[in-house]
Amino acid sequence: MTRSSAERTAIRSGLAVGIATAVYGISFGALSVASGLDIWQTCFLSLVMFTGGSQFALVGILATGGAAAGFTGIATAALLGLRNVIYGMRMAPIVGTGPWWRRAISAWGTIDESVAVAIAQPTRPLARLGFSVTAVTVFVGWNITTFVGALIGDAIGDPRAWGLDAAAAAAFLGLLWPRLKRLQASVVAVAAAVVATVLTPVLMPGLPVLVAAIVAVVVGAFNWLGRRDDS
Amino acid sequence: MTLWQIVILASIACLVLKFAGYLVPARLLEAPAPSRIADLLTVALLAALIAVQTFGAGQHVVVDARVPAVIVAAALYALRVPFIVVVAVAALVAAGIRLVT
Repeated sequence: MTRSSAERTAIRSGLAVGIATAVYGISFGALSVASGLDIWQTCFLSLVMFTGGSQFALVGILATGGAAAGFTGIATAALLGLRNVIYGMRMAPIVGTGPWWRRAISAWGTIDESVAVAIAQPTRPLARLGFSVTAVTVFVGWNITTFVGALIGDAIGDPRAWGLDAAAAAAFLGLLWPRLKRLQASVVAVAAAVVATVLTPVLMPGLPVLVAAIVAVVVGAFNWLGRRDDS
Repeated sequence: MTLWQIVILASIACLVLKFAGYLVPARLLEAPAPSRIADLLTVALLAALIAVQTFGAGQHVVVDARVPAVIVAAALYALRVPFIVVVAVAALVAAGIRLVT
C-alpha cells in the first residue's frame, strides 16, 4: 500500500506524540504504587481510565489521604476528565461514525494527545488517521510503561527517600505547563494553588483541591480576564 | 471504600465522560462558556494538585525538599526539557537534599 506524503506526516506525528507520551507511564506506574495501590490496580487505571491527568490526580490524592479520601479522589479524577467531554464533541463528526463499537473505541481513545494530533491535520481523513495512530500508540505504550513503572515502584520501597513525592508535583507541573499560555489560565492556576494551600490545614485531604476548582468555574462563567472573542 | 472500589468507580466515571462527549449534541459547543470552564477546570485542578503535592503533609503545610525540587522542575520546563527528564531530576533533587540533611 502506498501512502501520500500527507498521510505519512499524519502517521509520523501520531507516532512521535504517542511514543513521547507513553514514556511517562513509567512515572505514573511508580507513583501509583508509591501511593498505596498495588500493581494490578495501577494497570487497571491505565487500561480502563486511560486519561493521564485523572490517573495522576487520583493516585496523588490517595497518597495524601489514603482510602478515606476515596470520594474526593474519584470526584477530582472525574472533574479532570470533563475536558474529554469537550474533546468528544469535537471529535464526534470526525471519528464518531460507523458502528457503535467503533465509536466506543474512538471514545476510549479520546485523550489530549489523540485530539491534538487530529485537529492539527488539514483534512478529515487525515485527522481520522492521526487520531487512530496516536490513540493506539499511546494506549499500547502507556500500558506497557505503566506496568514497568509499577514494578520499579514496587521494588524501591520508601517513596520519599527516592523523591517520588517531589516527582509527582513535577509531573503535575508538566501537565499544567503547556496550558499556561494565556493570562486567564495563569491567574486561575495561581489562585487555585493559593486556595488549595490555605485550605489544606482546615479540610480533610483531597477536599482543598476540589474547592480550588470553584475558581475555574467562577472565572470561566464570567470570562474574567478572557479574550473578547471568547465571550 | 476499598482501594479496588475507588479504582473501579473512578475509572468508570472517566470512561462514561469520554462516551458522553460522543453522545451530546454538538451545538452545545457553540456556547463558549462550557468549553472555557472545562479548560480552566483542568488548569485549576492541576495547579491545586501541584500546591498540595508540594506543601501538603496530611493536614499540615510544610516547606521541605519538595519545594526546591519543584522550582528546579519549573526552570527545566521553561527551558523545554522533556517531561520524563524533568520528573527524574525533580526526584533526584528531593532525594539528594534528604540524603544530606
